[in-house]
Amino acid sequence: MSEYTADEMMAVEAARRIEDGTVCFVGIGLPSLAANLARRTHAPHSVLVYESGTIGAKPESLPLSIGDGELAETADAVVSVPEMFAYWLQGGRIDVGFLGAAQIDRRGNLNSTVIGAYDAPKVRLPGGGGAPEIALGVRDVFVMLRHTSRAFVEQLDFTTSLGDDVRVVVTDLGILEPVDGELTLVAVHPGVDVEAARAATGWELKVAGELRQTEPPTDAELSALRSLRARTAA
Amino acid sequence: MPIVPLRDAVSDLVRDGDVVALEGFTHLIPHAAGHELIRQGRRDLTLVRMTPDIVYDQLIGMGCARKLVFSWGGNPGVGSLHRLRDAVENGWPQPLELEEHSHAGMAAAWAAGAANLPFGVLRGYRGGDLPARTRVAAVTCPFTGERLAAVPAHHPDVGIVHAQRADRDGNVQLWGILGVQKETVLSSSRSLVTVEEIVDELTPVPGAIVLPSWVVDAVCVAPRGAHPSYAHGYYERDNDFYVAWDAISRDRDAFRAWMDEHVLATVAA
Repeated sequence: MSEYTADEMMAVEAARRIEDGTVCFVGIGLPSLAANLARRTHAPHSVLVYESGTIGAKPESLPLSIGDGELAETADAVVSVPEMFAYWLQGGRIDVGFLGAAQIDRRGNLNSTVIGAYDAPKVRLPGGGGAPEIALGVRDVFVMLRHTSRAFVEQLDFTTSLGDDVRVVVTDLGILEPVDGELTLVAVHPGVDVEAARAATGWELKVAGELRQTEPPTDAELSALRSLRARTAA
Repeated sequence: MPIVPLRDAVSDLVRDGDVVALEGFTHLIPHAAGHELIRQGRRDLTLVRMTPDIVYDQLIGMGCARKLVFSWGGNPGVGSLHRLRDAVENGWPQPLELEEHSHAGMAAAWAAGAANLPFGVLRGYRGGDLPARTRVAAVTCPFTGERLAAVPAHHPDVGIVHAQRADRDGNVQLWGILGVQKETVLSSSRSLVTVEEIVDELTPVPGAIVLPSWVVDAVCVAPRGAHPSYAHGYYERDNDFYVAWDAISRDRDAFRAWMDEHVLATVAA
């Protein structure tokens, strides 16, 4: 087995959860990497939808922005932004939506708006963008977030989107899933101690009785992921 | 509708204190027009845009704006907009009032604006802290009783977008990622479109839309007028510049020096 990074583990584990044929609302960064990896491995018929209006995008490399030209060139359809949010997202045509955030709480609520008070923020973050209605409009929300006690907090500084439909949180330490409405550690990545996950969580983290260990990335997954990244860097 | 120099169009159409939207969803962002606003020293603008990025960071950092209506204010794939943050966090160069929405809310407000309706309606703004911080109200569907969110329609004084090309009569053609370009022009009292080039005939392009000349107040030729954003079929997004902007904009003096050299000391095409 090859060596791999924590980001690669996150992308691979998120990609595995995309079933073939799934319609995915994808953001930039790790979600885009995960969704494109899924499309290149076990889920060739998954449909990647970017909020810029590109439906069924099939980029050869990873876009820097959600509106890079290659997304439009390779898409099955390009629609306006009002159409994207009204007909496709609110219309209930998206299965999975990926979200990231600066903060998450134990119920899967997310903050991507401010750190500190709204009127006098310590850090003004970019804001919700598509997140509030993605969180309401898709069947399953997947969250990808690096696991630190600054991100996994007891109390959000601002609630940008609701956690009701969060099905999984993939971190660089493991996997959390809601159990009775509370995010619970159900798996750790190889080499990760459960205490490290506890220490990186700002609330008293519940741990599943049968804690699993995620499968490390296979050589096939790693090589697909790295060739995507190599094309992007080129 | 005449094809006019950008300097004249901005001077005729945009006034201090106006509500101005320079739209573009990563694509066809009217940077050249934004730079002309800065050169002409417009003040007290209310800037509207779903995804304020570098050109809004520049307008804010140069003291042109008193308010921002938006849904996502970052440097895509890179991080923060440092001039926007400095204005919000430290009031530099002046305080910036925020009216913050979600993308779905802004999109509904644009569609309502284009349709000349007073508000847009959507299933959104449910829960969370945003509804208490923005202009949104609940409405009840008269047919089903469902509670829905109403957002005030966008009706800017001036809407500005970039497009690929126009013909000599001023009919505008654009394609690729369409964003809210059409809605911006149709929602605004006055509109300005910059284009890459003027052509004799608008030949068909897959997925292209046309804005008839009679809904546009001014068409201006601005080659590479979207850079560092892009014009599909003409040039690609300058991703390296978006990355470089992070360092340029982080420091007030470096930002001012860059603006002096690349914007204030230049003239519109």
